Amino acid sequence: MMAFLKLLARNQLALAGLIVMGLVVLLAVLTPILPLADPDVTNTPARFTPPFSEGAILGTDHLGRDLLSRLMWGTRLSLAVGFAAAFIAATIGAAIGIISGYYGGRTDNIIMRFVDVLMAFPYILLALAIVAALGPGLMNALIAVAAVNIPFFARNIRGITVGIAHKEFVDAARLAGLSDAKIILTEILPNVLPVIVIAMSTTVGWMILETAGLSFLGLGSQPPQADLGSMLGEARSALITNPHTSLVPGVMILIIVMAINLLGDGVRDALDPRLKSGALSRPLPATLVARDRQTGETADGTALLELSQLETQFHIGPRIYRAVGGVDLQIQPGECLGLIGESGSGKSVTALSIMGLVASPPGKITGGSVYYRGEELVGAPYELLRSLRGRKVAYIFQDPLATLHPLYTVGDQLIEAVRVHRKVPKAEARAHAIELLKSVRIPNAEDRVDNYPHEMSGGMRQRVGIAMALANDPDVIIADEPTTALDVTVQAQILTLLDDLRRERDVAILFITHDFGVVAQLCDRVAVMYAGRIVEQGTTDEILATPAHPYTRRLMACVPELGGGRRRLEAIPGLPPVVDKLPAGCAFADRCDKVRAACREGNITLDEIGATRRVRCIAPEIEEVPA
Amino acid sequence: MGRYILRRLLSAIPVLIGISVIVFAIMAMIPGDPATAILGSYATPENVAELNRDLGLDQPLVQRYFIWLGNLVQGDLGRSFNLNRPVLDEVLERFNATLILAGTAFILCSFLGIAAGVISAARQYGFADKAITFAVLLGISIPSFFLGMMMILIFAVNLRWFPVSGMWPIYGTRDIWALIDHLTMPALALAVVATGVIARLSRSAMLEVLRQDFIRTARAKGVRERGIIWRHALRAAMVSIIPVLGIQAGFVLSGAVYIERVFQWPGIGQMLVDAILRRDILLVQGGVVFVAACYVLFNIIVDVAQSLLDPRIKT
Repeated sequence: MMAFLKLLARNQLALAGLIVMGLVVLLAVLTPILPLADPDVTNTPARFTPPFSEGAILGTDHLGRDLLSRLMWGTRLSLAVGFAAAFIAATIGAAIGIISGYYGGRTDNIIMRFVDVLMAFPYILLALAIVAALGPGLMNALIAVAAVNIPFFARNIRGITVGIAHKEFVDAARLAGLSDAKIILTEILPNVLPVIVIAMSTTVGWMILETAGLSFLGLGSQPPQADLGSMLGEARSALITNPHTSLVPGVMILIIVMAINLLGDGVRDALDPRLKSGALSRPLPATLVARDRQTGETADGTALLELSQLETQFHIGPRIYRAVGGVDLQIQPGECLGLIGESGSGKSVTALSIMGLVASPPGKITGGSVYYRGEELVGAPYELLRSLRGRKVAYIFQDPLATLHPLYTVGDQLIEAVRVHRKVPKAEARAHAIELLKSVRIPNAEDRVDNYPHEMSGGMRQRVGIAMALANDPDVIIADEPTTALDVTVQAQILTLLDDLRRERDVAILFITHDFGVVAQLCDRVAVMYAGRIVEQGTTDEILATPAHPYTRRLMACVPELGGGRRRLEAIPGLPPVVDKLPAGCAFADRCDKVRAACREGNITLDEIGATRRVRCIAPEIEEVPA
Repeated sequence: MGRYILRRLLSAIPVLIGISVIVFAIMAMIPGDPATAILGSYATPENVAELNRDLGLDQPLVQRYFIWLGNLVQGDLGRSFNLNRPVLDEVLERFNATLILAGTAFILCSFLGIAAGVISAARQYGFADKAITFAVLLGISIPSFFLGMMMILIFAVNLRWFPVSGMWPIYGTRDIWALIDHLTMPALALAVVATGVIARLSRSAMLEVLRQDFIRTARAKGVRERGIIWRHALRAAMVSIIPVLGIQAGFVLSGAVYIERVFQWPGIGQMLVDAILRRDILLVQGGVVFVAACYVLFNIIVDVAQSLLDPRIKT
């Protein structure tokens, strides 16, 4: 509760709303004891006195009544009616909602059908019908406005109650033999009360507006008594000659409703956890790059794609997560490089950083470089990055149901992939799309091209994902766990397909996975990643035969072997370190069975232990790879 | 598709019956005797009884409901004793005027609201976003009837851009230009609140969608930012915007009652308010049932639009 109030106070607009509303309520409460003129005393000779006159600061109305006094009394009345309507609607609506949600079954069904019908009316029609039946008058307008809003509360509160009615503590109370009435009052009500209060506070402005509206139409408060709405209604006939009589009550309604809205928004924001975590901020077209970043040097002029000292961080509130902490990788033309690691090791972030696809905020590239054929991509103009995306460097993502647009046919998505980079006629692009689907061996490609993603199986969808990556004959495909979400048999098919396509088209692949079996099948070289850094690198054969880093050895021990079964499967004890609190020295030290004091001191470098091997360990499993 | 529409139409029948029951029940609560109200307090008891018999009011309530419903289905909403013409004729004529006003306002608020929301989301925390957010807050806080009055004051009285009120010029031709001239201000005033609500919702729906994986896929394909926003994100966001458009249509229809009063627009809201003040019960009853039924049908159109937009909805 305190935290909530603090959050609310930090939202300056909400605070302003609270203060304004507090002042208005205070003035309304104090109205009877303030030295004001009688609001109902007419003084026809002094009619339409302009504002700021002697004795009438806001002027007088068409009957010469003091506008300031009428405004204060009118505000008092409008607030009272609005709050009363909100209170009545909330109480009755909540009662209906709780009963409906708690008893469920037929009771629930009947009540909710009735609520549905009430909500099928445009609200004012119902209010007008009720006023028509009861006759014009402020009390009747109040009843009408309250009645019209009951369904809203009933439906909301019912939803909450249904969620609570089957919780353990309610079952426990029932087993303890408490009566339904007692359970509702002692178990359910305290839990839904905050929701009722919040719903009430956000609708009270609305209620004030609605009752004012009915009064404006002449169906609410009747003369001489006046609320803000009827003041405005009466002033309407003098709008053109004496606009101040309209302005005074109109501005007051505006102030009240705006203050309540500000406050309501503040309450909503303070309660929404997504706002705090930044989960509602929009990702920019390309990942942000720190201005003061240290660029990496290009070591290898022949590489197609080279990552040099790449660092990517997530800045969430005061925390900094170092997801990628200085990664070096080179990919040669036509080569398949595997990047392997547990979830959370930073391999996906590494892959997304290459083309600036890390969601930002909160992601940020804070150091290093990415070179495509010697051209720096980090910090490059957006248009250069965009023109390379999908054309030279293409991606395949993990879950093809989430990564394909659900509302466009796969054909449209393939056509788009072609047409963003090449201005070809639609028909030609469509023919190309069908070709692509055929090349990833989708049967009946001519028909399938018009399917929506949800009409396809997981394996078929991933083939579409691959087809999309191939659309512009890229040099490199970055495949981010493309088989993880699929069945094992489908996995094997997709891997074979990727392997064939790679050889046919001579495209390089950066293959991200957590599965050594996949690496063995597909990759020429492997880089093992742990806590945002490469810990070992070498050719696939070498690493599979003689893992040098203790982590690699342990990771391989996690892979089951088909037909084996004699070897014990070993999970690695412990969890990877949280990347906002990385320890000094080796990040794997806490889980390593060969740990020694020196492991926790200083930076451990990635050392060459052979022509193609590198390892980041002071006590590797093998000292030197025989030449 | 045809079957889906048919199914939605069938499912509307219980709702329509529910509406008729509620309206009838509310009207039956009215204290006093309609016949006395019609004939005035000098009527003899015999006259009252006779009129009651003519109106069918001597029957039990349930029976009266079914008689009324039977007439309703045949398009007979009774006769307005005040206007001395069939309720249906008056309702249709008035509803036509309301439809022009509310329909225009609805189209305005849909386009303006969605555009504002999309731009606001695309420029999150930028100047355009802050300006739109502030305008939206103002828009949803200002009572439409007050806004309408201020518009008359500024644009009709001071600047003389538009006529002060009414639907048609008192003298002169009744062509489309005359209508637009009279329609602009009330339609704008009516659209403001709904525009604000739709803009807010569109903004948050867009922000939600922009974080989805398929947006990242589109970016990875090299789609330009304009395409990301308007083609990819908005299309997906429309799935949550369209139902709100349906709800807002109800609010626009409701707001029309105030706006018609401010601008002296001869619509059904004006008719209802006058009928209530004159205690012309049959006219109120007929008007309410008619508009509510139209709104139910409109919501079916919204559902169908939604199913056309989202292929995942089983039709």
